[in-house]
Amino acid sequence: MLNAVFSGDFPRSRILTAALILIAISLALGPFLFPGTRAFATLGMICIFIIVVASYDLMLGYTHIVSFAHTMFFGIGSYGIALALGHVGTGFGAIFIGIAGALVVSIVLSLVLGLLSLRVKAIFFALVTLAVAFAFLSLVTQLYHVTGGEDGLRVRVPRELGPAYRPLDGPLTGFNILAFLKVLVTQPWNLADGFREAFFNVNVNGRVLMYYVLVAVATLVFLFLLRLVNSPFGRVLQAIRENEFRAQALGYKTVYYRTAVVILSAALATLAGCLFALFNRYVNPENTLNFELMVFILLMCVLGGMGTLYGAVIGAVVFILAQNYLQDVLSAIGDQVAVGGFLGKLIAPEHWLLWFGLLFVVSVYFFPSGIVGQLRLRAERRQMAEEEKDSSAATDLQEKTVE
Amino acid sequence: MSTQEARLRLVSGLTQGREKIRYLRDERPHWLILGGMVFIALLLMDPATWLTLTISGMAMGAMLFLMASGMTLTFGLMSVLNLAHGAFISLGAFVGATVLTTWLTGYTGPASLAINMMAVIPALVLALLVAGLVGWAFELLVIKPVYGDHLKQILVTVGGSIVLIQLIEVVWGANEIPVPRPSGLRGAFIVPDAIPLIGGLVLEKYRLIALTLGLAVYGAMVWTIERTRLGILIRAGVESREMVEIQGYRIGLLFLGVFIAGSALAGMGGAMWAMYREIITAHMGEELMISVIVIIILGGLGSVRGCFYGALLVGLINLYVGYLEPRLAAVATVGLMVGVLMWRPQGLIPVIKV
Repeated sequence: MLNAVFSGDFPRSRILTAALILIAISLALGPFLFPGTRAFATLGMICIFIIVVASYDLMLGYTHIVSFAHTMFFGIGSYGIALALGHVGTGFGAIFIGIAGALVVSIVLSLVLGLLSLRVKAIFFALVTLAVAFAFLSLVTQLYHVTGGEDGLRVRVPRELGPAYRPLDGPLTGFNILAFLKVLVTQPWNLADGFREAFFNVNVNGRVLMYYVLVAVATLVFLFLLRLVNSPFGRVLQAIRENEFRAQALGYKTVYYRTAVVILSAALATLAGCLFALFNRYVNPENTLNFELMVFILLMCVLGGMGTLYGAVIGAVVFILAQNYLQDVLSAIGDQVAVGGFLGKLIAPEHWLLWFGLLFVVSVYFFPSGIVGQLRLRAERRQMAEEEKDSSAATDLQEKTVE
Repeated sequence: MSTQEARLRLVSGLTQGREKIRYLRDERPHWLILGGMVFIALLLMDPATWLTLTISGMAMGAMLFLMASGMTLTFGLMSVLNLAHGAFISLGAFVGATVLTTWLTGYTGPASLAINMMAVIPALVLALLVAGLVGWAFELLVIKPVYGDHLKQILVTVGGSIVLIQLIEVVWGANEIPVPRPSGLRGAFIVPDAIPLIGGLVLEKYRLIALTLGLAVYGAMVWTIERTRLGILIRAGVESREMVEIQGYRIGLLFLGVFIAGSALAGMGGAMWAMYREIITAHMGEELMISVIVIIILGGLGSVRGCFYGALLVGLINLYVGYLEPRLAAVATVGLMVGVLMWRPQGLIPVIKV
């Protein structure tokens, strides 16, 4: 059963498995474990970016195609939904029209991009997509009477997905796991009180329903991609990554495969964009199309581990947590240490990206396979050591019996 | 008899014309596009505006050329794609702005070109030096370990660009900084009814200076590359790195020099741009990178001449389209690139195989 669900591609590391189970539980029970709107928004963004980064990894990690247009497709999805809900109606039909329209635009655009630049040197693709994505960003910003320009658009979601809709009569009970753990660590003698105080009420509204749509879609997309990369198609992609010339020589039309990957990845990014618009209910160029967002996706993909879909999950979780909470940590450190001058400015919370950038450069040098790659390497080494021990023990035993 | 002769002459003239067009198309595509664009623009606007825009566009192209030339040479010589190039543009802009607005403020006030130059030249030189020095460190620390691996180069230089931009924000703050242009460089020359058929002209002083400087740098670069020993080595390196190494030259050192020069020029271009726009942010380099990328793709990666004509094309199309329909300027720039790529995937004046 498990083999079929995970397509035979398991995490292959105990720590990684534990982390993934923890992430899966946190996401599945999210609103019931972490109270507060900020935590809720963070959980939703993690689900969305798992889709975005996993689809990006299909290009970057599995085929070594560097694209800077992933946010463009993400933005097409977001704006597609926003425009459809603004002009067609506020029902589920409008959502469907928005998704379909955005997918058509994305697929045509990615087909053109792929055919245009994949036939020349691979490095052109990175440059061309960068330029095209920028032109799209500037177009969206300039056509303000359609897109709202810098101010963006509010997304009028159907009532069933909004905060006013209450499918249940009363609130459900949630358990604030972080508060409980804090009590457990700092005041173990108050454990009973802490346990009682950790319960809180969860009002199940349309937003929570939307969150569970995100969780479901993210899970399905992830499992689908896992299936895809472990299929013969995925093997060809990896062959192209390792040696394109050789893949060609074996008779694969690599241009078709590369174009197909670009289109599929664009379509999934568009889908993620649609979900983002429905969840966030507000789209503007900064949260959907910015170049910085593109760099963030790249960071998530590389830090998590290129060429492993589990890396996309880990990368998205780590990065989004850092983005939302690292500033708090840095300001706490700043309060504790209280250094002035240049050094103080360096660890100022608004410059968290500086440290992330450094971490990124260092990790590309020393851990090019990312967090997941490192964990797997460790697990393999341990396994090898154990096997060696076993075999040496076996030989010892043999020698003893001979004696 | 005479009619036959005339017909013959006409036919031969036509074939000659066709030959000429074919020659232009295949051997001098940059002239064809440049000429075509300038001509179409002339049809769409009145001549005086057209002339003003053309000169301004060339000035903008000259500034863009300063920023783009380093990146194209780095790519051509060592096949290194430096996406952090934009950060050097920002760095130069901030260094130049610091010199102009805090150190040498005494020289920027009076409306005299000579006195202003006492501030502008140090600003440009310092921007050149600082960007060059940072470029040196950047090459050694960030780029050297990933020679020959394009994917890692893209990742590492994107990361390096983030770090550089954040450091700029740490030093200068995250807000926009206004950079008032020195008084002597403000304003324009007004040429009343100087040219028949065209009429009066308005030529901004600063753009003329930028154009002059750009042409001077272009001239110096072409001279270095085509007439000196260093240039021979650079051209040979672009063509085949191994052959230069086999001859016993240390191509690593040569590349380091080119990288430093490229970063320094980007810094100077950034300082020029700061005075042109009169407002700077740490992220300005990222926005300019788009133009830079379009330019180096248009020109053909690794080609200085191509880079110059690409920069002129981008500067001109930006201003022409910006005048006709301001909202489409960026789209037209990228559209130009897409069009040229479809026609000539190798760029206008290619030097390396694509």
